[in-house]
Amino acid sequence: MTTMIEVEGLSVAFGGVRAVDQVSFGVEKGEIFSIIGPNGAGKTTVFNLISRLYDATAGRIVFEGRDISRLSADRIAAAGIARTFQNIELFENASVLKNLLLGRHAHRRTSVFSELLFLPKVRRQEIENRSIVEDVIDFLDLAHHRDARVAGLPYGVRKVVELGRALAATPRLLLLDEPSSGLNPEETEDLSFWIRDIRDDLGITVMMVEHDMGLVGRVSDRVLALNEGKVLAVGTPSAVQSNPAVVEAYLGS
Amino acid sequence: MLIIQLAINGIAVGCIYALVALGLVLIYKATEAVNFAQGDLMMLGAFFALTFISFGGLPFWVGLALAIIGMAAVGMIMERLVLRPILGQPQFAVIMVTIGVGFILRSGATMIPGWGTSSQALPTPFSNQTLDVAGLVMAQEHLAIIGATVILCALLYGFFRHTRFGIAMQAASQNQLAAAYMGIPIKRVSAATWAIAAAVAALGGVLLAPIALVEANMGFVVLKAFPAAVLGGFASLPGAVIGGVVIGLIEVFSGRYISDTARNLAPFVVLLAVLVIRPEGLFAEPKKRRA
Repeated sequence: MTTMIEVEGLSVAFGGVRAVDQVSFGVEKGEIFSIIGPNGAGKTTVFNLISRLYDATAGRIVFEGRDISRLSADRIAAAGIARTFQNIELFENASVLKNLLLGRHAHRRTSVFSELLFLPKVRRQEIENRSIVEDVIDFLDLAHHRDARVAGLPYGVRKVVELGRALAATPRLLLLDEPSSGLNPEETEDLSFWIRDIRDDLGITVMMVEHDMGLVGRVSDRVLALNEGKVLAVGTPSAVQSNPAVVEAYLGS
Repeated sequence: MLIIQLAINGIAVGCIYALVALGLVLIYKATEAVNFAQGDLMMLGAFFALTFISFGGLPFWVGLALAIIGMAAVGMIMERLVLRPILGQPQFAVIMVTIGVGFILRSGATMIPGWGTSSQALPTPFSNQTLDVAGLVMAQEHLAIIGATVILCALLYGFFRHTRFGIAMQAASQNQLAAAYMGIPIKRVSAATWAIAAAVAALGGVLLAPIALVEANMGFVVLKAFPAAVLGGFASLPGAVIGGVVIGLIEVFSGRYISDTARNLAPFVVLLAVLVIRPEGLFAEPKKRRA
């Protein structure tokens, strides 16, 4: 097993609050790794630090042996990391297809002039991007909504579109921020199959912040429990869920 | 014959409005906000050209190129100083800032020695020359405007439709956070957007100069460009050109056949009618598509 991402002594403070405090963990290639914890534990903050929305006050993030702690957010996609957001961040006035094609943006490598003239090189690249996007559409069963405008779609579908856009970027590490929030039990069931398929069939390592313990238990290889910015426990889902410190954090003492 | 001559004049006048409207639509597509300083950027561009050509004695084409490059720099500075700090704020904030920038540019221009408050003519290779085709008289400055409008519209259309950078601009206008995670450098895109808008304004200002004279208030032509842009649906580049031509034709024909004062009134009457009957504009891209 090789390490996909290694987080060492990661800390960030907002005002006087230490949102993330000396957090260290590693995720192996091909793992499904979940972060759990009560509200305000710092789960999403860890994601925002990895995806470079925030600057860490201390610590290091090493992705595939490369220190990405100082990379800017718009270079994360090209580095091989894609993410989704808790509250869905899509291009609302564009179609599903265009949203997914934008997922390919970081991989486009042509000049303005060749694009204006639509040279063969550009054409080939467009065809390749389109075929990757169509594979994602098939994988997530989005064909029915391909040309629909995102703003008019139901919440559950938009959630899937956002997952699709992240997959269209062909990442090696996928960060899912509360993928099941707002979904009904049936949609959550679909999601749990997709997450496994994303790892098994597409070979993408998955990190997930999630509240639904059922989903976490079903798909995760390992779980990290956070509370008040600190690591409480790391291990298999059942070991972490029965850890006394984790139980206390959730239920209070 | 008179009708054809009037139509040609109307198209030429309309292309001026279209040229300004293209600048408005460009910023709208890239920021989803209306740039109320577009007319004032035109004015500044015309003064730049005047300075290089009339005062500096440079050849017209060199002066034009320098004015465009200079205005692109102004656009970038403007973005860095007043627009970057409000990046991510509601579009409303951008609109207010552009109104403020417009005021500053307009009054600032009158305080610069040599520019002042008087009107000045900018000599161009197309000034005061006509082309006679089969009994129809066409001013070369009109032909230059029509040609430049068509070329610029085609270039901008291709840019937004096909280029990585043009698509990045539209993505950033809809969701900056998501755009960043698609690998779009938000700050660079924002700077480039305003540089391009100011460069387009400079071209418009120079083309307008032989007809309207260069003065601090020449940017008010934007008031006619708004109906043109609205008529075209505000987000459509070809729509802006067609909207501009429609406004130009209405103006010329109502001025000839109704009364001379009607020429300033008629475009806005038509605009109100369009807003009532078809508020999305005549050439809007379909927005209410149902799944």
